[in-house]
Amino acid sequence: MIGAEAIVKCLEEEGVKYVFGYPGVAICPFYNSITESKIKTVLVRTEQSAAHAASGLARISGKPGVCAVTSGPGATNIITGIATAYADSIPLIVITGQVKSDLIGSDVFQEADITGAVESFVKYSYLVKKADELPRIFKEAFHIANTGRKGPVLIDIPIDIQQAPVKSFKYPETVNLRTYKPTVKGNSAQIKKVIKELNRSARPIICIGGGVQLGGAEDLVQSFAEKHGIPFVTTMMGIGTVPTDHDLYFGMVGNNGKPYANKAMNEADVIMMVGARVADRAISQPDLITKDKVLIHIDVDPAEIGKNAVSSIPLVGDCKAIFEDLNSEEFDIDCTKWVKELKKYKKELCPVRKPDKKYVDPQGFIDILTNKLNDTAVYVADVGQNQIFSCAYVNIKDNTRFLTSGGMGTMGYSIPAALGAKLADPKRQVVCVCGDGSFQMSMMELATFRQHGVQAKIIVFNNSYLGMVREYQHYSYKDNYSMVSLDGSPDLEKLVSAYDFDYFRLENMNGLEKTIDAFIKDKKNCLLEVMIDPMDLVKQ
Amino acid sequence: MKAKRIYSVTVENRSGVLSKVSGLFARRSFNIDSLAVGETDDPDVSSMTIVSSGDERTLEQIEKQLNKKLDVIKVKTFNEYQCVSRELMLMKVKYNKSNRAEIMEMCEVMKADIVDMSLHYMMIQICDTPEKIQLLINMFKSISIVEIARTGTLSLSKCMENDG
Repeated sequence: MIGAEAIVKCLEEEGVKYVFGYPGVAICPFYNSITESKIKTVLVRTEQSAAHAASGLARISGKPGVCAVTSGPGATNIITGIATAYADSIPLIVITGQVKSDLIGSDVFQEADITGAVESFVKYSYLVKKADELPRIFKEAFHIANTGRKGPVLIDIPIDIQQAPVKSFKYPETVNLRTYKPTVKGNSAQIKKVIKELNRSARPIICIGGGVQLGGAEDLVQSFAEKHGIPFVTTMMGIGTVPTDHDLYFGMVGNNGKPYANKAMNEADVIMMVGARVADRAISQPDLITKDKVLIHIDVDPAEIGKNAVSSIPLVGDCKAIFEDLNSEEFDIDCTKWVKELKKYKKELCPVRKPDKKYVDPQGFIDILTNKLNDTAVYVADVGQNQIFSCAYVNIKDNTRFLTSGGMGTMGYSIPAALGAKLADPKRQVVCVCGDGSFQMSMMELATFRQHGVQAKIIVFNNSYLGMVREYQHYSYKDNYSMVSLDGSPDLEKLVSAYDFDYFRLENMNGLEKTIDAFIKDKKNCLLEVMIDPMDLVKQ
Repeated sequence: MKAKRIYSVTVENRSGVLSKVSGLFARRSFNIDSLAVGETDDPDVSSMTIVSSGDERTLEQIEKQLNKKLDVIKVKTFNEYQCVSRELMLMKVKYNKSNRAEIMEMCEVMKADIVDMSLHYMMIQICDTPEKIQLLINMFKSISIVEIARTGTLSLSKCMENDG
């Protein structure tokens, strides 16, 4: 057995089904060996997409997504994808080929110091020095990526290591890392304090972050809230955790969130932050949520607690374990009056849009589309106005999943992420919503769907602008539009027909339901172009 | 309120670890006042002494972020009064007949040694607290310092009866 075969064996041991990537000389031994395996390889059209596709797969399957690219430009191209996964704590295993061990540092062809370059975007990285270390390294890497606060792990493997003999392959059953022991169970004294504060509270609120889904605690958090009648809001990454029509749900917080969600946060006396970083987009003034309130901060990463806001009760641990404990505790709290108040705000502070009838109104479109999707659908939103509209108007049912690039805000995420999500569970409906800007950042991946027989359902909001930046220039630069016009964009009907996609189009709200129905029912790859008012604003 | 804190960090003795730790300080805009690295009695483990300053929240973040690094085994923190700190400095100075005696006298008072000498230059070695070393530098400023090499602060917490 050689190193490359050992890598494939490690991936098989971990139950990996797909590897997304792009070959080059330095990763060729690996791609040579993988043809003998049942693991399927998916050739993307640019390396960044490999990481996004692996991210989509990871978020639906709950297992780390795997991608493998070559050295030098292959490795540097995937960095944005790695950083995107890191910002949202998505577990990835990124394998990069590297030049021969004895040439490292001599600036040979396609050499890049990738472990150095990604240091601030990975949870951990390895530069493999001996082929015999591969089983241990892979075992550790999968463990590190998918435990504690999840995240990408990069394994850089020189070509000679991939070709070197491996004396005896034995995949370790356990990992032994003296420096890495994430806290799972919450401290019982802290849990007691949480109960005490909630007991005293008249206006508590739970703010659900992305960590709840990552920790698989959706049902536990929801049943905790329901048991005590505690209202909840979500951050952007928390969307998809709870049904949007839930009686206790009061929208997404933040500067692009619902005014009544922010009001709820401001008026609360106890905030229970669960798996959320108190990031600037969600909480623009962290001091305000701590000034006259009790902040209970629950996170698996101790460094997040106290980083952006000083918490009154820090509670470190896996939110699944913590909410199992919290659910077994009895306490008495009555939020009926507070919830009634919040419902009043929800009615009063619900922004009413005034759409131009000549175009499709994103609100109406997303509302109807997501009502028609089935219970287990995956909605992948890109970045830009399309993302903010999606967050505001998506209907989440019991098992709907909502994927987007939250922390990094990486345009071009949705198309490859949808590809990965569909491969993770082909039975699920997967729709991808992007803008005409983000579409053009990853439209080359239409070929990937076609080549690998993965069904694509892509919706493009066409407003001929980089809408989010245009909106910013409208409010902050007195409409001095600079670098935001997308003139010169391709005719999407012609473009997708070149990839043998079906094409649908909506000019305005006429025939909306019929077109959406046909688009959802279509068995082929398809794209729906939705014409949006170029001057539309997410904040009207 | 800016305060000073000393981090005694034990790390895995692997290539790239120093750059990972110092990179963390750079990326998050944490100060490094001084940094000293060396092997411990266990060849697989290195010890780093990092002196940093900042407000309470920053100092706490430094500890948490250090703990997050997978190559970091243990982080101990203390303030200047809870530990014994030493730094080694070598200083080359130019001398002449008229100030030679004065220099030697200063060295004696400051418990510094003259470790090398030529016709016009001498090298002074001092191992003391960072404050004493700064004092010596200030005293020699009027004399003519040619060059200086300092190790950075090394610290260990003070001896306690329950020390393992």
